[in-house]
Amino acid sequence: MPAEIYLNVAVGGLLTGLVYGLMALGLSVIFGVVRVVNFAHGEMMTIAMYIAIVLFAAFRLDPLLMMVPIAAVLFALGYVMQAGLINPFINRPEHSQFILLVAVALIIVNVLLMIFGPDAQSVQTSYSFDSFALGPLIVDATKAYAAAAAIVVAAALFAFFRLTSVGTAIRACADNYTGALVVGLDVKRLYALTFGLGTACVGAAGAMLVLFIDVTPALGPVYTLLAFVIVITGGLGSMPGALLGGVLIGLTEALAGLFFTPSAKSMFAFGILVLVLLFRPQGLLGKRAA
Amino acid sequence: MSRLFEDVSLRGAVLLVALFAGLLVMPRFAGDYLLTVLILILYFAYVGQAWNVMMGFAGQLSLGHALYVGVGAYTAAALFIKFGIAPWIGVLLAVPLAVACGAVIGFLAFRFGVAGVYFAILTIAFAEFFRIGFDHFSWVGGSAGYFLPVAQYTQNDLWRLRGNPTMFYYIILAMTAALLVLCRLLLSSRLGYYWLAIREDEEAALALGIDAFRYKMIAVILSAGLTAPAGVFFAFYYNNLFPEQVFHISRSIELILAPIIGGIGTLFGPILGAFLLTGLAESLTNMLHAFGVETPGAKQVFYGVCLLAVIVFLPHGIWPPLRRALGLGPRDEPH
Repeated sequence: MPAEIYLNVAVGGLLTGLVYGLMALGLSVIFGVVRVVNFAHGEMMTIAMYIAIVLFAAFRLDPLLMMVPIAAVLFALGYVMQAGLINPFINRPEHSQFILLVAVALIIVNVLLMIFGPDAQSVQTSYSFDSFALGPLIVDATKAYAAAAAIVVAAALFAFFRLTSVGTAIRACADNYTGALVVGLDVKRLYALTFGLGTACVGAAGAMLVLFIDVTPALGPVYTLLAFVIVITGGLGSMPGALLGGVLIGLTEALAGLFFTPSAKSMFAFGILVLVLLFRPQGLLGKRAA
Repeated sequence: MSRLFEDVSLRGAVLLVALFAGLLVMPRFAGDYLLTVLILILYFAYVGQAWNVMMGFAGQLSLGHALYVGVGAYTAAALFIKFGIAPWIGVLLAVPLAVACGAVIGFLAFRFGVAGVYFAILTIAFAEFFRIGFDHFSWVGGSAGYFLPVAQYTQNDLWRLRGNPTMFYYIILAMTAALLVLCRLLLSSRLGYYWLAIREDEEAALALGIDAFRYKMIAVILSAGLTAPAGVFFAFYYNNLFPEQVFHISRSIELILAPIIGGIGTLFGPILGAFLLTGLAESLTNMLHAFGVETPGAKQVFYGVCLLAVIVFLPHGIWPPLRRALGLGPRDEPH
């Protein structure tokens, strides 16, 4: 095989990886602040994907333009879930929280299955088959747009946490729960806000991924696992770590699909997960968990 | 024997004997359909109990138990199909293989301090790894599935496990009863108390001189080894195996529902949970069927709502409050 093929596949994997990174960023933000592992993360993304598909099928609305309203819907969903369901579980044992979200995930997958059926659905935009030629490189247009959008959303989130007073307050909750309560922060509301931001990220990522992935309800658990693999690789709670992990896993999957068989690509992602858990359990960019 | 019946109230003993006797004579009265539902219930009670050893007794959350079911199922099926080896011999290889998988996961996790959520995700990752692996393992059929020879059986062949539902019913009933007895003995042994200490507070247990690594390893190994025979049963009862189904994460989640709903860490929780959940789900399916609704996913939504309701309102499961209501002694308290 000529060298360009490797390069093209690697670039494709890198761009997909950035979108994966955005999806994982949502999980990481939620864990970093609320200390709850959102086991329904991929399932929430499939909700976003189906919203995008319905909007496209009914009104020809481009998923990339609909990214913001879809993220807003997912924000509301996340906010309500944290405020109504998860906040009472904050002081419950870890496995209780985990099982709560497993239940939510199970319900989401199967409600989607009941509504949309098991068949794959996809979105064909006018630019679905466009590509850019950069010298010998051929870059898929949809992937390039999606990756650019992912970077913009991630940058906006970084800016929110660094530059706004609400963002600072959320970081305070993450650093010291009791301290945040003492200085009078409404921790429960900030938790709900954070969970909403996390699910908004995954909503935006879903609107992008729908451009180059066929959607079925069964994708939910697959992407939940993928998001876990990415954030554990990058470091749970680390925002740059999530993006780095996303790119790494995106690249690995793309190259494994090329060298071996595409259906076995996730084995390599799981292989990386096992290696990271063994040799650097806090993740590549993570701080050692307490 | 004395330990087995220690602290069992008279009323508890009567109820237990009545339940077991009822299950023993059931095939005389139950039709084929009811019998298959009961087999399913007992299957979930068995695997739920085996999972409970790890999570309920020792506090290690595994979300990848489908791995041990699958390894057991494929091992026994392959030995039977390729070499004509009967499942009773096959299980002697299936159990050590599942134990080896459990030991590898346990060793990697506990040696390197992987705990809690990370441990749960590691167990999922291993199960998924095997799912994809078996999808490409063409010696046992790969993703196209692996099938045991099926025929109309007029006579039960217990040695080769070929026969009618009644035979399978008694096998799974015996397995579930034996596991209940084993778990009861385990819980009241020194090992059981070490597990509870580790589950409640690992650091305190370490401070008391309990070798947490060792006893957590024993929990994983026992739980994996006890789950494998359920896989052998699964293979010979259903006669077909698909990696997509056997190893899938939804199987792992399905098999932890009964003990969670019944009561994690209790002896009767998995059995009660299996009866309630499978019984209700089957009734629901029949009701939907009667109304002409054939929606895939309805049963799973029901499972999800049950799980949600129990974890929100009865965090210790249904059995502990039910046991109090029945006035059955303070034994096998979860906390």
